[in-house]
Amino acid sequence: MSSWIPLWLHKLGSPPTFYRFAGTLRPWAMGLALLLGAIALYGGLVLAPADYQQGDAYRIIFIHVPSAWMSMFIYAVMGVASFIALVWRIKLAEVVAMESAPIGAAFTFITLVTGSLWGKPMWGTWWTWDARLTSELVLLFLYLGVIGLYHAFEDRRQGARAAAFLAIIGIINVPIVHFSVNWWNTLHQGSTVNIFGKSKMSWDMLWPLLTMMLATKFYYVASLFNRVRTDLLALEGGKDWVRKIAEDEAKS
Amino acid sequence: MNRPGVATACAAMLRRDLTLAWRRRGDIAMPVLYALIVTMLFPFALGPEDTLLQRIAGGVVLVTVLLAMLLALDAMFSSDIEDGSLEQLVLAPQPLALMLGMKILAHWLTTALPLIVIAPLLAAMLHLPGAVIPVLLLALLLATPLLSLLGAVLVALTAGTRRSGMLLALMLLPLCMPAVIFAAGAVAAAQQGLPWLAPIAWLAAALVLAVVLAPLACAAALRIALDA
Repeated sequence: MSSWIPLWLHKLGSPPTFYRFAGTLRPWAMGLALLLGAIALYGGLVLAPADYQQGDAYRIIFIHVPSAWMSMFIYAVMGVASFIALVWRIKLAEVVAMESAPIGAAFTFITLVTGSLWGKPMWGTWWTWDARLTSELVLLFLYLGVIGLYHAFEDRRQGARAAAFLAIIGIINVPIVHFSVNWWNTLHQGSTVNIFGKSKMSWDMLWPLLTMMLATKFYYVASLFNRVRTDLLALEGGKDWVRKIAEDEAKS
Repeated sequence: MNRPGVATACAAMLRRDLTLAWRRRGDIAMPVLYALIVTMLFPFALGPEDTLLQRIAGGVVLVTVLLAMLLALDAMFSSDIEDGSLEQLVLAPQPLALMLGMKILAHWLTTALPLIVIAPLLAAMLHLPGAVIPVLLLALLLATPLLSLLGAVLVALTAGTRRSGMLLALMLLPLCMPAVIFAAGAVAAAQQGLPWLAPIAWLAAALVLAVVLAPLACAAALRIALDA
Protein backbone atom coordinates (compact mmCIF):
# COMPACT_ATOMS: atom_id res chain seq x y z
CA MET A 1 0.00 0.00 0.00
CA SER A 2 1.00 3.61 -0.71
CA SER A 3 4.22 2.51 -2.37
CA TRP A 4 4.39 5.87 -4.14
CA ILE A 5 5.85 7.37 -0.98
CA PRO A 6 9.62 6.80 -1.11
CA LEU A 7 11.16 4.87 1.76
CA TRP A 8 13.43 7.70 2.94
CA LEU A 9 10.35 9.83 3.65
CA HIS A 10 9.02 7.14 6.00
CA LYS A 11 12.40 6.93 7.68
CA LEU A 12 12.45 10.69 8.24
CA GLY A 13 9.48 10.26 10.55
CA SER A 14 11.59 8.41 13.09
CA PRO A 15 13.08 10.74 15.72
CA PRO A 16 16.77 9.60 15.53
CA THR A 17 16.84 9.84 11.73
CA PHE A 18 15.20 13.24 11.74
CA TYR A 19 17.56 14.39 14.50
CA ARG A 20 20.58 13.63 12.31
CA PHE A 21 18.92 14.97 9.13
CA ALA A 22 17.97 18.26 10.84
CA GLY A 23 21.45 18.53 12.33
CA THR A 24 23.10 18.37 8.90
CA LEU A 25 20.64 20.70 7.20
CA ARG A 26 20.35 23.35 9.90
CA PRO A 27 23.72 25.16 9.41
CA TRP A 28 23.10 25.36 5.64
CA ALA A 29 19.62 26.80 6.12
CA MET A 30 20.90 29.31 8.67
CA GLY A 31 23.81 30.30 6.40
CA LEU A 32 21.51 30.80 3.43
CA ALA A 33 19.07 32.78 5.58
CA LEU A 34 21.82 35.15 6.77
CA LEU A 35 23.32 35.52 3.28
CA LEU A 36 20.02 36.13 1.50
CA GLY A 37 18.85 38.40 4.32
CA ALA A 38 21.98 40.55 3.99
CA ILE A 39 21.61 40.75 0.19
CA ALA A 40 17.92 41.64 0.50
CA LEU A 41 18.58 44.30 3.12
CA TYR A 42 21.32 45.86 0.97
CA GLY A 43 19.07 45.73 -2.09
CA GLY A 44 16.09 47.12 -0.22
CA LEU A 45 17.73 49.80 1.88
CA VAL A 46 20.47 50.99 -0.49
CA LEU A 47 19.88 49.96 -4.12
CA ALA A 48 16.11 50.29 -4.43
CA PRO A 49 14.93 53.80 -5.39
CA ALA A 50 12.83 55.87 -2.99
CA ASP A 51 9.08 55.81 -3.50
CA TYR A 52 7.67 58.83 -5.35
CA GLN A 53 5.00 59.32 -2.70
CA GLN A 54 6.21 57.74 0.52
CA GLY A 55 9.93 58.60 0.24
CA ASP A 56 12.19 56.31 2.26
CA ALA A 57 9.52 55.31 4.76
CA TYR A 58 8.22 52.58 2.46
CA ARG A 59 11.45 50.59 2.96
CA ILE A 60 9.99 48.97 6.06
CA ILE A 61 7.99 46.69 3.73
CA PHE A 62 11.17 44.65 3.19
CA ILE A 63 10.68 43.45 6.77
CA HIS A 64 6.92 43.89 7.14
CA VAL A 65 5.63 42.02 4.09
CA PRO A 66 7.89 38.93 4.34
CA SER A 67 6.99 38.65 8.06
CA ALA A 68 3.29 38.90 7.25
CA TRP A 69 3.65 36.16 4.62
CA MET A 70 5.53 34.00 7.12
CA SER A 71 2.91 34.54 9.82
CA MET A 72 0.32 32.94 7.53
CA PHE A 73 2.65 30.37 5.97
CA ILE A 74 3.72 29.06 9.39
CA TYR A 75 0.09 28.82 10.50
CA ALA A 76 -0.61 26.70 7.41
CA VAL A 77 2.41 24.47 8.18
CA MET A 78 1.21 24.16 11.76
CA GLY A 79 -2.29 23.24 10.58
CA VAL A 80 -1.03 20.56 8.18
CA ALA A 81 1.35 19.13 10.80
CA SER A 82 -1.50 19.16 13.35
CA PHE A 83 -3.74 17.26 10.96
CA ILE A 84 -1.04 14.64 10.35
CA ALA A 85 -0.40 14.42 14.10
CA LEU A 86 -4.06 13.84 14.91
CA VAL A 87 -4.84 11.43 12.08
CA TRP A 88 -1.70 9.27 12.00
CA ARG A 89 -0.42 10.03 15.53
CA ILE A 90 3.10 10.69 14.31
CA LYS A 91 5.21 12.03 17.15
CA LEU A 92 7.40 14.12 14.87
CA ALA A 93 4.38 15.92 13.40
CA GLU A 94 3.21 16.88 16.89
CA VAL A 95 6.64 18.31 17.66
CA VAL A 96 6.79 20.22 14.36
CA ALA A 97 3.33 21.72 14.91
CA MET A 98 4.03 22.78 18.48
CA GLU A 99 7.51 24.17 17.77
CA SER A 100 6.18 26.16 14.79
CA ALA A 101 3.77 28.10 16.99
CA PRO A 102 6.30 30.31 18.85
CA ILE A 103 8.16 31.13 15.60
CA GLY A 104 4.89 32.02 13.89
CA ALA A 105 3.84 34.14 16.86
CA ALA A 106 7.17 35.98 16.67
CA PHE A 107 6.70 36.73 12.95
CA THR A 108 3.14 37.91 13.60
CA PHE A 109 4.41 40.20 16.35
CA ILE A 110 7.11 41.62 14.04
CA THR A 111 4.44 42.25 11.38
CA LEU A 112 2.27 44.15 13.84
CA VAL A 113 5.16 46.22 15.23
CA THR A 114 6.65 47.17 11.83
CA GLY A 115 3.18 47.90 10.51
CA SER A 116 2.45 50.28 13.34
CA LEU A 117 5.87 51.97 12.93
CA TRP A 118 5.01 52.54 9.28
CA GLY A 119 1.45 53.59 10.08
CA LYS A 120 2.54 56.49 12.30
CA PRO A 121 4.07 58.64 9.49
CA MET A 122 1.76 57.32 6.72
CA TRP A 123 -1.69 57.10 8.27
CA GLY A 124 -0.90 59.39 11.21
CA THR A 125 -1.69 56.74 13.81
CA TRP A 126 0.03 53.77 15.45
CA TRP A 127 -3.04 51.60 15.33
CA THR A 128 -6.34 51.63 13.54
CA TRP A 129 -9.17 49.09 13.63
CA ASP A 130 -8.71 48.13 10.03
CA ALA A 131 -9.65 44.69 8.74
CA ARG A 132 -6.18 43.39 7.91
CA LEU A 133 -4.63 44.74 11.11
CA THR A 134 -7.40 43.18 13.16
CA SER A 135 -7.11 39.79 11.45
CA GLU A 136 -3.36 39.81 12.07
CA LEU A 137 -4.00 40.56 15.75
CA VAL A 138 -6.51 37.72 15.93
CA LEU A 139 -3.89 35.47 14.31
CA LEU A 140 -1.47 36.42 17.10
CA PHE A 141 -4.07 35.48 19.72
CA LEU A 142 -4.71 32.16 17.97
CA TYR A 143 -0.96 31.40 18.12
CA LEU A 144 -0.88 32.37 21.80
CA GLY A 145 -3.92 30.19 22.50
CA VAL A 146 -2.20 27.19 20.90
CA ILE A 147 0.99 27.82 22.89
CA GLY A 148 -1.00 28.31 26.10
CA LEU A 149 -3.04 25.15 25.66
CA TYR A 150 0.08 23.11 24.86
CA HIS A 151 1.71 24.18 28.11
CA ALA A 152 -1.44 23.74 30.22
CA PHE A 153 -1.18 19.93 30.09
CA GLU A 154 1.22 18.00 32.24
CA ASP A 155 1.60 15.25 29.64
CA ARG A 156 3.33 16.90 26.68
CA ARG A 157 2.00 14.56 24.00
CA GLN A 158 -1.56 14.98 25.21
CA GLY A 159 -1.04 18.76 25.30
CA ALA A 160 0.31 18.62 21.76
CA ARG A 161 -2.75 16.71 20.52
CA ALA A 162 -5.20 19.11 22.22
CA ALA A 163 -3.33 22.16 20.88
CA ALA A 164 -3.19 20.57 17.42
CA PHE A 165 -6.98 20.29 17.50
CA LEU A 166 -7.21 23.97 18.44
CA ALA A 167 -4.91 24.86 15.53
CA ILE A 168 -7.25 23.05 13.13
CA ILE A 169 -10.29 24.87 14.54
CA GLY A 170 -8.31 28.08 14.03
CA ILE A 171 -7.66 27.22 10.36
CA ILE A 172 -11.40 26.88 9.76
CA ASN A 173 -12.02 30.10 11.62
CA VAL A 174 -9.33 32.30 10.05
CA PRO A 175 -11.17 32.81 6.72
CA ILE A 176 -14.41 33.56 8.60
CA VAL A 177 -12.67 36.13 10.81
CA HIS A 178 -10.95 37.63 7.79
CA PHE A 179 -14.16 37.89 5.82
CA SER A 180 -16.18 39.30 8.71
CA VAL A 181 -13.68 42.02 9.62
CA ASN A 182 -13.40 42.91 5.94
CA TRP A 183 -17.11 43.44 5.85
CA TRP A 184 -16.78 45.49 9.04
CA ASN A 185 -14.05 48.01 8.22
CA THR A 186 -11.26 48.44 5.67
CA LEU A 187 -8.44 50.95 5.30
CA HIS A 188 -5.35 48.84 4.49
CA GLN A 189 -4.29 48.81 0.84
CA GLY A 190 -4.94 45.70 -1.25
CA SER A 191 -2.11 43.38 -2.21
CA THR A 192 0.44 44.74 -4.64
CA VAL A 193 2.36 41.54 -5.30
CA ASN A 194 0.37 38.90 -7.17
CA ILE A 195 1.48 35.37 -7.92
CA PHE A 196 -1.01 35.13 -10.77
CA GLY A 197 -0.96 38.07 -13.14
CA LYS A 198 1.27 41.11 -13.13
CA SER A 199 2.55 42.64 -9.91
CA LYS A 200 2.00 46.36 -9.46
CA MET A 201 5.55 46.90 -8.25
CA SER A 202 8.79 47.95 -9.92
CA TRP A 203 11.37 45.15 -10.32
CA ASP A 204 13.96 47.26 -8.40
CA MET A 205 11.77 47.01 -5.33
CA LEU A 206 10.39 43.55 -6.00
CA TRP A 207 13.61 41.53 -6.07
CA PRO A 208 14.78 42.50 -2.56
CA LEU A 209 11.30 41.69 -1.30
CA LEU A 210 11.32 38.22 -2.87
CA THR A 211 14.89 37.60 -1.66
CA MET A 212 13.85 38.54 1.86
CA MET A 213 10.91 36.17 1.54
CA LEU A 214 13.34 33.34 0.76
CA ALA A 215 15.59 34.41 3.64
CA THR A 216 12.70 34.26 6.13
CA LYS A 217 11.72 30.81 4.83
CA PHE A 218 15.26 29.53 5.39
CA TYR A 219 15.37 31.17 8.81
CA TYR A 220 12.13 29.40 9.71
CA VAL A 221 13.57 26.04 8.62
CA ALA A 222 16.77 26.60 10.62
CA SER A 223 14.96 27.78 13.72
CA LEU A 224 12.35 25.02 13.50
CA PHE A 225 14.99 22.29 13.09
CA ASN A 226 16.88 23.57 16.09
CA ARG A 227 13.77 23.63 18.26
CA VAL A 228 12.59 20.22 17.04
CA ARG A 229 16.00 18.67 17.79
CA THR A 230 15.93 19.99 21.35
CA ASP A 231 12.36 18.85 21.83
CA LEU A 232 13.08 15.37 20.46
CA LEU A 233 15.96 14.95 22.92
CA ALA A 234 13.68 15.95 25.78
CA LEU A 235 10.79 13.71 24.63
CA GLU A 236 12.96 10.65 23.95
CA GLY A 237 15.12 11.14 27.04
CA GLY A 238 15.03 7.49 28.06
CA LYS A 239 15.83 6.00 24.64
CA ASP A 240 19.11 4.43 23.56
CA TRP A 241 19.92 6.84 20.74
CA VAL A 242 19.70 9.83 23.09
CA ARG A 243 21.93 8.10 25.63
CA LYS A 244 24.47 7.43 22.88
CA ILE A 245 24.49 11.13 21.89
CA ALA A 246 24.90 12.15 25.53
CA GLU A 247 27.78 9.71 25.98
CA ASP A 248 29.51 10.97 22.83
CA GLU A 249 29.11 14.55 24.04
CA ALA A 250 30.59 13.62 27.42
CA LYS A 251 33.63 11.96 25.78
CA SER A 252 34.58 14.88 23.54
CA MET B 1 -32.11 -6.52 27.34
CA ASN B 2 -33.30 -3.88 24.97
CA ARG B 3 -31.27 -0.72 24.70
CA PRO B 4 -33.08 2.62 25.14
CA GLY B 5 -33.46 4.55 21.89
CA VAL B 6 -31.53 7.66 21.02
CA ALA B 7 -34.51 9.95 21.64
CA THR B 8 -35.03 8.49 25.14
CA ALA B 9 -31.35 8.90 25.93
CA CYS B 10 -31.41 12.53 24.73
CA ALA B 11 -34.47 13.30 26.86
CA ALA B 12 -32.88 11.63 29.89
CA MET B 13 -29.66 13.56 29.42
CA LEU B 14 -31.50 16.87 29.10
CA ARG B 15 -33.70 16.13 32.12
CA ARG B 16 -30.71 15.13 34.23
CA ASP B 17 -28.74 18.31 33.44
CA LEU B 18 -31.73 20.60 33.94
CA THR B 19 -32.57 18.91 37.25
CA LEU B 20 -28.98 19.28 38.43
CA ALA B 21 -29.03 22.96 37.47
CA TRP B 22 -32.39 23.48 39.19
CA ARG B 23 -31.13 21.91 42.43
CA ARG B 24 -28.45 24.62 42.48
CA ARG B 25 -30.63 27.58 41.51
CA GLY B 26 -28.22 30.07 43.07
CA ASP B 27 -25.64 29.35 40.36
CA ILE B 28 -28.12 30.28 37.64
CA ALA B 29 -28.55 33.74 39.17
CA MET B 30 -24.80 34.47 39.25
CA PRO B 31 -24.22 35.32 35.56
CA VAL B 32 -27.35 37.49 35.62
CA LEU B 33 -26.11 39.46 38.63
CA TYR B 34 -22.67 39.76 37.05
CA ALA B 35 -24.16 41.18 33.84
CA LEU B 36 -26.30 43.66 35.82
CA ILE B 37 -23.33 44.92 37.82
CA VAL B 38 -21.02 45.23 34.80
CA THR B 39 -23.68 47.18 32.88
CA MET B 40 -24.16 49.42 35.92
CA LEU B 41 -20.44 50.28 35.90
CA PHE B 42 -20.49 51.82 32.42
CA PRO B 43 -22.51 54.97 33.29
CA PHE B 44 -20.18 55.52 36.25
CA ALA B 45 -17.07 55.15 34.11
CA LEU B 46 -18.23 57.14 31.08
CA GLY B 47 -20.56 59.70 32.63
CA PRO B 48 -24.37 59.63 32.61
CA GLU B 49 -24.99 61.48 29.29
CA ASP B 50 -27.93 59.89 27.49
CA THR B 51 -26.58 60.34 23.95
CA LEU B 52 -23.25 58.63 24.68
CA LEU B 53 -24.89 55.74 26.55
CA GLN B 54 -27.41 55.30 23.76
CA ARG B 55 -24.62 55.02 21.22
CA ILE B 56 -22.70 52.31 23.10
CA ALA B 57 -25.71 50.46 24.59
CA GLY B 58 -25.98 47.66 22.02
CA GLY B 59 -22.27 46.84 22.08
CA VAL B 60 -22.05 46.99 25.87
CA VAL B 61 -24.98 44.60 26.34
CA LEU B 62 -23.49 42.15 23.81
CA VAL B 63 -20.02 42.17 25.35
CA THR B 64 -21.42 41.92 28.88
CA VAL B 65 -23.53 38.89 27.95
CA LEU B 66 -20.49 37.35 26.24
CA LEU B 67 -18.31 37.82 29.33
CA ALA B 68 -21.02 36.50 31.66
CA MET B 69 -21.31 33.39 29.48
CA LEU B 70 -17.53 32.99 29.46
CA LEU B 71 -17.51 32.90 33.27
CA ALA B 72 -20.18 30.21 33.36
CA LEU B 73 -18.61 28.15 30.57
CA ASP B 74 -15.93 26.68 32.78
CA ALA B 75 -18.54 24.75 34.76
CA MET B 76 -20.02 23.01 31.70
CA PHE B 77 -18.20 19.69 32.18
CA SER B 78 -16.27 20.19 35.43
CA SER B 79 -18.63 18.40 37.86
CA ASP B 80 -19.12 15.54 35.38
CA ILE B 81 -15.36 15.09 35.09
CA GLU B 82 -14.93 15.11 38.86
CA ASP B 83 -17.47 12.35 39.53
CA GLY B 84 -16.54 10.35 36.44
CA SER B 85 -19.93 10.50 34.73
CA LEU B 86 -18.34 12.02 31.65
CA GLU B 87 -16.21 8.90 31.14
CA GLN B 88 -19.39 6.82 31.35
CA LEU B 89 -20.92 9.06 28.71
CA VAL B 90 -17.92 8.49 26.43
CA LEU B 91 -18.30 4.72 26.89
CA ALA B 92 -22.09 4.76 26.39
CA PRO B 93 -23.45 3.14 23.20
CA GLN B 94 -25.37 6.31 22.24
CA PRO B 95 -23.45 8.72 19.92
CA LEU B 96 -21.28 10.97 22.09
CA ALA B 97 -21.79 14.01 19.87
CA LEU B 98 -25.54 13.88 20.34
CA MET B 99 -25.27 13.49 24.11
CA LEU B 100 -22.85 16.43 24.27
CA GLY B 101 -25.24 18.43 22.11
CA MET B 102 -27.91 17.85 24.76
CA LYS B 103 -25.49 18.95 27.49
CA ILE B 104 -24.73 22.11 25.52
CA LEU B 105 -28.45 22.76 25.07
CA ALA B 106 -29.03 22.35 28.82
CA HIS B 107 -26.14 24.69 29.53
CA TRP B 108 -27.51 27.27 27.11
CA LEU B 109 -30.97 27.03 28.69
CA THR B 110 -29.61 27.58 32.18
CA THR B 111 -27.01 30.33 31.54
CA ALA B 112 -27.79 32.14 28.29
CA LEU B 113 -31.58 32.18 28.47
CA PRO B 114 -31.73 34.09 31.80
CA LEU B 115 -29.24 36.58 30.32
CA ILE B 116 -31.44 37.07 27.26
CA VAL B 117 -34.46 37.57 29.53
CA ILE B 118 -32.79 40.43 31.39
CA ALA B 119 -31.15 41.88 28.23
CA PRO B 120 -34.07 44.36 27.69
CA LEU B 121 -33.50 45.60 31.24
CA LEU B 122 -29.76 46.04 30.58
CA ALA B 123 -30.53 47.85 27.32
CA ALA B 124 -33.05 50.10 29.05
CA MET B 125 -30.50 50.99 31.74
CA LEU B 126 -28.35 52.41 28.92
CA HIS B 127 -31.32 54.12 27.19
CA LEU B 128 -31.34 51.93 24.07
CA PRO B 129 -34.44 52.97 22.05
CA GLY B 130 -37.35 50.58 22.54
CA ALA B 131 -37.66 49.93 18.81
CA VAL B 132 -34.14 48.44 18.66
CA ILE B 133 -34.66 46.00 21.55
CA PRO B 134 -36.37 43.27 19.44
CA VAL B 135 -33.38 43.30 17.07
CA LEU B 136 -31.02 43.05 20.04
CA LEU B 137 -32.97 40.09 21.38
CA LEU B 138 -32.96 38.39 17.99
CA ALA B 139 -29.19 38.93 17.68
CA LEU B 140 -28.69 37.52 21.19
CA LEU B 141 -30.92 34.52 20.47
CA LEU B 142 -28.68 33.65 17.50
CA ALA B 143 -25.30 34.68 18.93
CA THR B 144 -25.49 33.06 22.40
CA PRO B 145 -26.02 29.45 21.15
CA LEU B 146 -23.09 30.06 18.79
CA LEU B 147 -20.93 31.03 21.77
CA SER B 148 -22.15 28.05 23.82
CA LEU B 149 -21.31 25.65 20.98
CA LEU B 150 -17.88 27.15 20.25
CA GLY B 151 -17.16 27.40 23.96
CA ALA B 152 -18.13 23.77 24.55
CA VAL B 153 -15.47 22.60 22.07
CA LEU B 154 -12.80 24.61 23.85
CA VAL B 155 -13.99 23.57 27.32
CA ALA B 156 -13.75 19.95 26.16
CA LEU B 157 -10.18 20.60 24.98
CA THR B 158 -9.16 21.98 28.39
CA ALA B 159 -10.97 19.17 30.24
CA GLY B 160 -7.67 17.45 31.07
CA THR B 161 -6.03 20.53 32.58
CA ARG B 162 -6.37 21.99 36.02
CA ARG B 163 -6.20 25.76 35.52
CA SER B 164 -8.29 26.73 32.52
CA GLY B 165 -10.22 29.94 33.26
CA MET B 166 -7.97 32.57 31.64
CA LEU B 167 -6.77 30.13 29.01
CA LEU B 168 -10.37 29.59 27.94
CA ALA B 169 -10.84 33.34 27.47
CA LEU B 170 -7.62 33.56 25.44
CA MET B 171 -8.81 30.77 23.14
CA LEU B 172 -12.50 31.66 22.86
CA LEU B 173 -12.47 35.43 22.37
CA PRO B 174 -10.58 35.49 19.04
CA LEU B 175 -12.79 32.69 17.69
CA CYS B 176 -16.05 34.40 18.58
CA MET B 177 -15.16 37.73 17.01
CA PRO B 178 -17.33 37.17 13.90
CA ALA B 179 -20.37 36.57 16.14
CA VAL B 180 -19.75 39.84 17.99
CA ILE B 181 -19.22 41.76 14.73
CA PHE B 182 -22.44 40.55 13.14
CA ALA B 183 -24.59 40.85 16.27
CA ALA B 184 -23.33 44.36 16.98
CA GLY B 185 -23.65 45.21 13.29
CA ALA B 186 -27.32 44.26 13.29
CA VAL B 187 -28.04 46.33 16.41
CA ALA B 188 -26.13 49.33 15.08
CA ALA B 189 -27.94 49.14 11.73
CA ALA B 190 -31.33 48.96 13.46
CA GLN B 191 -30.39 51.95 15.60
CA GLN B 192 -29.60 54.02 12.51
CA GLY B 193 -32.80 52.91 10.81
CA LEU B 194 -30.95 50.83 8.20
CA PRO B 195 -31.93 47.30 7.10
CA TRP B 196 -30.51 44.84 9.65
CA LEU B 197 -31.53 41.53 8.13
CA ALA B 198 -28.21 40.74 6.39
CA PRO B 199 -26.00 40.44 9.52
CA ILE B 200 -28.80 38.50 11.26
CA ALA B 201 -28.90 36.11 8.31
CA TRP B 202 -25.11 35.64 8.54
CA LEU B 203 -25.43 34.90 12.26
CA ALA B 204 -28.15 32.35 11.53
CA ALA B 205 -25.98 30.72 8.85
CA ALA B 206 -23.06 30.50 11.26
CA LEU B 207 -25.35 29.01 13.89
CA VAL B 208 -26.59 26.31 11.49
CA LEU B 209 -22.99 25.43 10.68
CA ALA B 210 -22.06 25.34 14.37
CA VAL B 211 -25.07 23.21 15.37
CA VAL B 212 -23.96 20.57 12.88
CA LEU B 213 -20.20 20.69 13.41
CA ALA B 214 -19.59 21.80 17.00
CA PRO B 215 -21.01 18.71 18.79
CA LEU B 216 -18.86 16.47 16.56
CA ALA B 217 -15.79 18.62 17.23
CA CYS B 218 -16.68 18.66 20.94
CA ALA B 219 -16.80 14.86 21.02
CA ALA B 220 -13.44 14.60 19.23
CA ALA B 221 -11.89 17.16 21.59
CA LEU B 222 -13.20 15.35 24.65
CA ARG B 223 -11.75 12.05 23.42
CA ILE B 224 -8.35 13.75 23.05
CA ALA B 225 -8.54 15.43 26.45
CA LEU B 226 -9.62 12.31 28.38
CA ASP B 227 -7.22 9.99 26.58
CA ALA B 228 -4.48 10.05 29.20
